[in-house]
Amino acid sequence: MEIFQTIANMTGAALAQHVANGISLGSLYALIAIGYTMVYGILLMINFAHGDIVMMACYFAYFGIAVFNLPWYITVVVTVVLTALLGALIERTAYRPLRDAPKNSVLISAIGASFLLENLANYLFSGRPKRFPRIPILEQNVSLGSVQIQVISFVIPVVTILGLLILLHIVNHTKTGMAMRAVSKDYEIARVMGINIDNVISATFMIGSALAAVGAFMWGVKYPGITPMMGVMPGLKCFIAAVIGGIGNIKGAVLGGFILGMGEIMIVAFFPQLSGYRDAFAFIVLIVILFYKPTGLMGEKLMEKV
Amino acid sequence: MKFKKILAALLASSLAIGALTGCGGSKKEAGKDGDVIKVGVFLPLTGDNAAGGELELRGIKLANKLHPKVMGKKVELVVADNKSDKAEAASVAARLIEKDKVKVIVGSYGSSLSMAAGNIVKEAKVPAVGTSCTNPQVTANNDYYFRACFIDPFQGTVMANYAFKKGAKKVAIIQEVSNDYAVGLAKFFKDAFEKLAGPGSVIETANYQTGDKDFSAILTNIKAKNPDAIFAPGNFTESALLVKQARQLGIKAPFLGGDTWETQEFIDVGGKDVEGVAFSTAFDREKATTPEAKKFLEEYVKEYKGEPSALSALAYDAYLIAINGIEKANSLDTVKIRDAIAATKDMEGVTGKTTLDKNGDPIKGAVIKTVKDGKFKYLDFVAPGK
Repeated sequence: MEIFQTIANMTGAALAQHVANGISLGSLYALIAIGYTMVYGILLMINFAHGDIVMMACYFAYFGIAVFNLPWYITVVVTVVLTALLGALIERTAYRPLRDAPKNSVLISAIGASFLLENLANYLFSGRPKRFPRIPILEQNVSLGSVQIQVISFVIPVVTILGLLILLHIVNHTKTGMAMRAVSKDYEIARVMGINIDNVISATFMIGSALAAVGAFMWGVKYPGITPMMGVMPGLKCFIAAVIGGIGNIKGAVLGGFILGMGEIMIVAFFPQLSGYRDAFAFIVLIVILFYKPTGLMGEKLMEKV
Repeated sequence: MKFKKILAALLASSLAIGALTGCGGSKKEAGKDGDVIKVGVFLPLTGDNAAGGELELRGIKLANKLHPKVMGKKVELVVADNKSDKAEAASVAARLIEKDKVKVIVGSYGSSLSMAAGNIVKEAKVPAVGTSCTNPQVTANNDYYFRACFIDPFQGTVMANYAFKKGAKKVAIIQEVSNDYAVGLAKFFKDAFEKLAGPGSVIETANYQTGDKDFSAILTNIKAKNPDAIFAPGNFTESALLVKQARQLGIKAPFLGGDTWETQEFIDVGGKDVEGVAFSTAFDREKATTPEAKKFLEEYVKEYKGEPSALSALAYDAYLIAINGIEKANSLDTVKIRDAIAATKDMEGVTGKTTLDKNGDPIKGAVIKTVKDGKFKYLDFVAPGK
């Protein structure tokens, strides 16, 4: 059996390196998956433009640092604010007019928003890749024995966990969060009870987009080539992560992200000859999990979303 | 209601943008069909290969500026974007032939894209001259596809020789498996290297997909095998990220690649991590010996500032091959144009004199370049047939 030989030959250092790579990639997926799951939880719609929001955030950060010469920590704040506004704008123009339309129309509108962003970026920034600005403090290497880890790879999981905790606090312990939960249960009734559902939904999009902006910034530091189409694959993968975890469930999205990221690294680690089929892994995991748990790992039958 | 109007305005502007980016070339319908000869330009101007496509478009436009007429008529370029996508490439090629009625097609960058158009040009009997599509399959069994660049068996052998000469005994290959160009090049490199260093000297072959961003897993595997050199043919963005992540993981082995790496974006994205890589390409100022090359260099610097890349030079030559074919055929019958292109002999271009062999491939040498202090630098020249 080739697999046993691969494991036997793998040194502890290589295994530790694979684990570090997996955690770093997984937490990046998790951060972006949260945005998907939040929007779905509230509106029962998949925001296909989410990946493209990540892309736009990368360009905002690029312009902040490379063109306007802002320090990177200020750029993070500016990027988060701009991206949150972009998220709200998309909701306002593409989704709100369709609030009472069939769910399919909203889905098509989301795909339209995604194409609009991609083509807009193509037109404004050209299709040629741009280099995400260098941030030496985040890019430098830390050696743990023979394991090499970039500082950013430590930062990503910490930020993801922090983001998760803040979000859970907002959803479970604030007024806005209570309104979000109410809207997710039944927005007709919530509306009757005097909740301004438009504001609640805007807030949801802004929070989801802000998290996407944070994810985008770290994505850019880690994988510094940015193009108008860069959001498509992360968008798809993180959507899968959200579904694996049980779409609508925030903790589930984080779990799904880790499973996907770790799995993608480990399949190459243990089956090097399968390295070209890495993307297929995501879809196989999705199928297998949905086969046994149609609502995802942490999804509930009654769909208590968010 | 106000928002409905804004939404409508947004949608309308998105349509306008689509129209602008989608068919930039066919905007001006200059004159009647009788006054101009239409040449299709078939390149990836958006998507993953956009940087390469844009450089080649520069070369073609420059060639069109210096050689604007054929048979006494004006040459009109019909620029079509194949969007770096195989499916799109096939439909764009069909559109150039059926709707725009071009007499000859120039392009594409990227073997996969050219191969996607292969059957279409063959069935329509409209000749195509590839710019930098180096996979042998582009012209094999296709009488209507030609090209201006050398082919991968030669390029792969050149790089294998180079690696062996530099003392590499065991090498690893990392290929962009969804790209016919990279897979072909990797295979020819492997064949040539194993002939030199013995069977088993290629100790690992790893794959990745176009658009991948994270290579940490395959690189961690390769680090454990400790190769003397790594051959990694693929798209420039992915390759730059790959080299960058390899250095970050502490892999010190030199990286070797193919002609796709010669774009500014490769250096921009890779930064100091791509210093010292070696790759083969078709052209360098050092080897610019023909009068046409001198003219090209002069005009290029005037028009675009900065140094021209091999891609621009090859695209320039592809245009010349096409125009020469029409001139010699002295007819607008596409089959006659094809025959004239197939008979191209000692045509003077930027990358030297071009003679097409029976497959439609030119016989020409390769330049080996590296990256030093953020710039491409000439290393070596390898004559054809070596």
